[in-house]
Amino acid sequence: MSAPAVLAGLLDFRRLDLLAAEDSALHRLDARAKLVVALAFVVCVTSFGRYAVAPLLPYFVFPIAVAAAARLPAARLSRQVALLLPFALLIALPNPLFDREVLLRVGGVGIAGGWISLVSILLRALLAAAAALTLVAVTGFPAICGALERLGMPRQLAVQLLFLYRYLAVLGEEALRMTTARELRGGGRPLSLRLYATLVGRLLLRTWDRAGRIHLAMCARGFVGDFRSGERSRFGRREIIYVAGWCGLFLLLRTQDPTHRLGAALLRLFQ
Amino acid sequence: MHMADALLSPAVGATMWAAAAVAVGHCSRRIRSEDDERRVPLMGVLGAFLFAAQMINFAIPGTGSSGHLGGGLLLAILLGPHAALLVMASVLIVQALFFADGGLLALGCNIVNLGFFPAFVGYPLYRRLAGSAPGAARSGIAVVVAALLSLQLGALAVVLETVASGISALPFGTFVLFMLPIHLAIGVVEGVVTAAVVSFVRAARPGMLPSVAPSGGPVTGVALAFLAAALALGGVGAWGASKDPDGLEWSIARITGATGPDAPQTAVHAALGRFQQQAALLPDYGFRRPDGAAAPTPEGQGAPGDGASGDRLGTSVAGVVGGAITLLLALLVGLVLRRQARRA
Repeated sequence: MSAPAVLAGLLDFRRLDLLAAEDSALHRLDARAKLVVALAFVVCVTSFGRYAVAPLLPYFVFPIAVAAAARLPAARLSRQVALLLPFALLIALPNPLFDREVLLRVGGVGIAGGWISLVSILLRALLAAAAALTLVAVTGFPAICGALERLGMPRQLAVQLLFLYRYLAVLGEEALRMTTARELRGGGRPLSLRLYATLVGRLLLRTWDRAGRIHLAMCARGFVGDFRSGERSRFGRREIIYVAGWCGLFLLLRTQDPTHRLGAALLRLFQ
Repeated sequence: MHMADALLSPAVGATMWAAAAVAVGHCSRRIRSEDDERRVPLMGVLGAFLFAAQMINFAIPGTGSSGHLGGGLLLAILLGPHAALLVMASVLIVQALFFADGGLLALGCNIVNLGFFPAFVGYPLYRRLAGSAPGAARSGIAVVVAALLSLQLGALAVVLETVASGISALPFGTFVLFMLPIHLAIGVVEGVVTAAVVSFVRAARPGMLPSVAPSGGPVTGVALAFLAAALALGGVGAWGASKDPDGLEWSIARITGATGPDAPQTAVHAALGRFQQQAALLPDYGFRRPDGAAAPTPEGQGAPGDGASGDRLGTSVAGVVGGAITLLLALLVGLVLRRQARRA
């Protein structure tokens, strides 16, 4: 990956992180509520059968509504989600190859099951990605860590996640400086394996030394092995309403098949 | 090689979440009992290091393509298996959240595939092959073999998880024959890169790598938990052969009582089936019956299948029309909410 690509990755991370610093009613909710709802969303979406296409569409209401209510930049987030489509297409492409049984006939043309399930996989990928990105954008990573810990994740992993989050940008910039320097001297040649090992080895040594300095500095400030967060938010009435409302809607969409009912009613109207 | 939400069923995802939770819990207890607070910032920064190292790509000799470090085995060699698994889990969580790499439900799969196998299968093998004071060549070979095995197991796990979920149409045999050779090549590259980094570090700073070999001992707990998960997954896989994941998940939910709120109810299914047969669809648009055994419908048209086939609901024309409408409604909800949020 070239230096601009490293930079783009870092920027994506920073931008998403900055969104969490905004303020809205959704931002102020307890992180556990938002986490539980996002998980319920993904479970409901993935629970549909292989050929589900239309029943998945109503679920777009969740990321769209969250993004709108929290005033997230919809265009940018949609672009970030859409950038994942090529990968989703890659994992979905075997389906039309292997599943050729004709399931649907439109006029005289038969559509194989594989093509239907391909569309289904693409929709699943979009929905899952949108759920993850909106969760971070309205919650923020430290709050998600706190919520995970309060939901039973071991403290060691929570501390590890916070450290990782803190130093991600620092080391990312270090990697960016290294790749920039090499590109300036390397004249556009791809990085050979041997050189890569030296580069990464150097980065590793610097990281190791940095960890030693960080530890000393933290000891000087009274570090005893974990972080203390200040205020703890409460799981109150708003949170209960938020969780119950969304989970209820997801269940309704899962069991009642509103798309089919709506479509059938409309078609009858025009017959 | 991330497993993706889009290919996963809730039953498989939940099983692997449970397996990953056991592994993470075990490793956390182990780290806490060792009480080496110097290691806390080291683990954190090494996680960030792995991220940074993955951003740098290298050219794979003779192919023209490029690759990047996976890093599970490297972390295990630097930190030991327990800390390595926690660091790997943290990296995967950040990837799932910030880059939508893998996904929330697939997190358990990815922690097992990319964290557990290198740390608890690959690393012990490396220790055994390398011995206590390995030379450069022996250590290099040990690293490559261990990386190969870890990646093969990870790839096999991806295949099993995908086939058991039943969303992808790839048959098990084809998928295995595709994934394992590719990951043989990826494993060699990963092994060579890891060995090169390890030998660089060993030469530059000889004291940094731990030389003790405490490989035996309490990995059995994790191994047993993993075996249980594998058996559970195998059970799911046997069911996965059916093309009806709905029924599959329902039966899993009945057995374990442990799936989410997604289990469809038979009463609802039946009611919907009746409803569907009453609401006669447009002529000429309909499904071929899966087994061809069903009798023609009263109108003599290709009507949607009966309650026995789980796939007919979504793909009818009415469904598509309704889907488009609900999508528009969703956008409308977004617009209204946005306007309200602006005003507030």
